[in-house]
Order: sequence, then structure tokens, then C-alpha cells
Amino acid sequence: MSDVHTTVDAKGLSCPMPIVKTAQAAKTVPSGELIEVLATDAGSVKDFAAWTRSTGNSMVEQTEDDGVYRFVIKRA
Amino acid sequence: MDDKPLAIVLFSGTDDKLNAAAVMASGAAALGRPVHIFLQYWGLDAFRSDRIKNDHGLAAEAGVEGKAAVDALRAEGQAPWYETLAMAKELGNVEVQACSLSMDVLRISEDDLDDLVDGTEGVTAFYIAVGDGQILFI
Repeated sequence: MSDVHTTVDAKGLSCPMPIVKTAQAAKTVPSGELIEVLATDAGSVKDFAAWTRSTGNSMVEQTEDDGVYRFVIKRA
Repeated sequence: MDDKPLAIVLFSGTDDKLNAAAVMASGAAALGRPVHIFLQYWGLDAFRSDRIKNDHGLAAEAGVEGKAAVDALRAEGQAPWYETLAMAKELGNVEVQACSLSMDVLRISEDDLDDLVDGTEGVTAFYIAVGDGQILFI
């Protein structure tokens, strides 16, 4: 796996901040690069699935460890 | 990507409803949808620059338990509604317009309003701006 370009630490933030902060970060991430997101909001699993689908970015990896969700998203 | 605008008629001025509007706006902005917020009555009143950071209370149904839950989230560092809305505006195309009738009723001038408000319009301009987008009333 190639290196992560940008990490968004959204742990402890409630909806919609994980998505808002990721969408904001995505603006400065070049196409093809990876964004890593860490979140604790339980809604973020469905939110990130929907967000990547609708914005054309792709979900490369999705894991959960002790209440922390980790998403790796490839910038469209 | 759905680029039909989302319109929010923000009538209510309690912190929970202001926050609900800010959340709906920022979610839409994150998806790239234009958002048009029309401020009426108590929603508009909450945007007075000298009151925006005040405690605007909660909807009547919140009760004591609801207030405790909201206070706990705030103590954990949840962003206040006006910061969430400011982030939504930074992120996407989010426009906030004051209803001119409500401005008259509440005797508010544009100078009294926070910078989050972009201008004043009447209901006709609101409908034209929204076109065939969805309208939420909060």
C-alpha cells in the first residue's frame, strides 16, 4: 500500500464533523493520493460509504479497532 | 453527485434547531450540493451579532434530561452551531439570506447581523434561488 498523503483525526467529533473535515482536507489532496480518516462517530461507517460513492473518491480500506474507525480513501 | 440545491428555511431560534440546520447544511456542502438558508423570525434573531454566541435554549420537548444530554456533548467539545455553519460555508457553496419581512418585524438592519449572513431577500427571490431543489423547514 502506498503512503498516506493526509490524515484526518476526527476522533471524538460528532456528526457531521468527520465528513466536513475530510471534505475540507480532500480539497488539498491531489488525485490518486490517499487520505486516512480516524473517527469514533458510529454513523461514520455509512456516512463515508455514501460520501465516497457520491463524490467519486474510493474507499480503499475500512477497519475498526476498539471503537475507532479507520478509513483509507483514494482521492478521485 | 447531486447538485440540486438544498434550501433550509430556518424559522426556529433555539440552539438544538440551529444546530440541526447547521448539520444539514454542512452534510450537503460536503457532498458538493449548493445550500441556501433563509432566516425567518427567531432563526434570524439568533444571528444578531451581539447575541449569536448566547445560550438560545432548547425546544420545549427537550426537558431536563434533554438539556443535560446537550450540555454533556458541549462539555465534550462539540462545536457550537455557528462554528459548524462557518465550516460549511468554508467548505462549499452555502449562502445565508435574511428574510426581509422578518427583518422588518424584528426591526433588524443588516448592520445588526453576524457576518455569516450574506444579505437580505424576499420570499420570491428565495424561491427563484432554490429552483426545483428541496426545501427543509426547521
